[in-house]
Amino acid sequence: MRHRPRGEHIIRFDGVGLRYGLGPEVLQDITFALPAGSFHFLTGPSGAGKSSLLRLMYLGLRPTRGRVVLFDKDIALTKRYELPALRRRVGVVFQDFRLLDHLSALDNVALPLRVRGVKESEVQKHVPELLGWVGLTEQLHAKPSTLSGGQKQRVAIARAVIGRPDLLLADEPTGNVDDHIAMRLLHLFEELNKLGTTIVVATHNEAMVQRFGHHPRLHLEHGTVQRVS
Amino acid sequence: MLNRRSDLPLKGDATSRFLPWLVALMVYLSAVAVAGTFVLAGLVSRWDHDVAGTLTVQIAPVPGEAGEMLTDERVRQAADLLRRSTGVTAARPLDKKQTLALLEPWLGSAEVVKDLPLPRLIDVTIDPDSRMDLGDLADRLGQSVPGASLDDHRIWLSRLINLSLTTQWLAIGIVLLIGGVTSATVIYATRTGMAVHKSVIEVLHLIGAHDDYIARQFADRAFSLGFAGGLLGVALAVPTLFAIGWAARRVEGGFLPQLSLSIAGWVVIALLPFAAAGLAMYTARLTVHGTLARLP
Repeated sequence: MRHRPRGEHIIRFDGVGLRYGLGPEVLQDITFALPAGSFHFLTGPSGAGKSSLLRLMYLGLRPTRGRVVLFDKDIALTKRYELPALRRRVGVVFQDFRLLDHLSALDNVALPLRVRGVKESEVQKHVPELLGWVGLTEQLHAKPSTLSGGQKQRVAIARAVIGRPDLLLADEPTGNVDDHIAMRLLHLFEELNKLGTTIVVATHNEAMVQRFGHHPRLHLEHGTVQRVS
Repeated sequence: MLNRRSDLPLKGDATSRFLPWLVALMVYLSAVAVAGTFVLAGLVSRWDHDVAGTLTVQIAPVPGEAGEMLTDERVRQAADLLRRSTGVTAARPLDKKQTLALLEPWLGSAEVVKDLPLPRLIDVTIDPDSRMDLGDLADRLGQSVPGASLDDHRIWLSRLINLSLTTQWLAIGIVLLIGGVTSATVIYATRTGMAVHKSVIEVLHLIGAHDDYIARQFADRAFSLGFAGGLLGVALAVPTLFAIGWAARRVEGGFLPQLSLSIAGWVVIALLPFAAAGLAMYTARLTVHGTLARLP
């Protein structure tokens, strides 16, 4: 993990707009910047564009207008073969987990390391360690189809953080778990944040945001950022 | 390459079932076409070699009662002239009995044939390394021996060689066409596989996999399937080629020249599974790269 001095912007959006095909703009004039080492909640009602904004942030989409700068690289000007290196610095917890059903929990979590060409001996050392840390020691070789929603979520989180990302994006990470596990996950994100990872958690769970009210929020409504507080 | 780890569940795909059979069929057809090409090339080379050092001189028969004696005299004159010519190593006149033996397969051995005014032939052997002026030799023969003409076999041989070469190019064209069809099949199979595993590919892409990391997995699978299919195709082609050779040998009367496949031909056929696997692997890799280039 490349620790950046706190305060330096890790991601910046300038007048970004997004539309799918010929449809209406789902995001309009999005402008904000997230300092390195910050922790933000991304809030807003369902359909406000939270997932689309996250997809732009993890380079799953290209904006139809405006400028996205990630790790000081203007994405529009970055060569395609340079993008994987940027993506490896971003960990993502997808709303639907997106675990690979044919792989075990261990192999799912190992994926980010394997795509980087990390030695198998290292993979076999670090992945069980992390899965143990999230309480899945007994499920190392279990396929996602045999795991509960909460266990899948923890596998997804382990996969997102195994590569020690500079930026961690989580889309509704507490949507499928009870309050107790939700609190544990949020505390886990806070621990990672203390280690220098910039965190963005998209959620519409207002109670949870209130409970962690010391973190600023990025509020989206009708496709535009209403406030950054 | 055959046992590298894969993150994509490609083994259970429908392509795993049909691609080896398709490649087997393509390799089978290619093996037959390649064998045909090499057999024809061998034939052309043998014909060329067999007639390169020979000429035939034909003496027209002289009609009339004393014609036979006069024809014999002309044959002797022509043979003498030929033996004195530089580059001629032997000149062997064929007597009437030998000439009739040559005609027997076509005209039979009826008594009437013996009374026909048949031209006489002189079989001439020349040094293949000598640079003989055949035009000059033909002129001298024509001036010294009335009714003598020279045939260096080149006209019929060149027509035969042209026919063989055309057939060889046709076989090469067929092999290329088979390669094209195989590539098209692999492209279709790879695109289908990518559509089936779209969600897995997206995850790999988003966690920072390079295009080649994904393409390599499809390419490895295509190589395995192509190689298995290729081996099957060759395994089916070899008995077929032996059967054709056996059938050709059974044709009587020397109507067909001896058909045999050279070692080079067998080597090329043995390499076909590797070529098929390589083609499948390269095509799959390019296809995946082309498709992934459309992702953000």
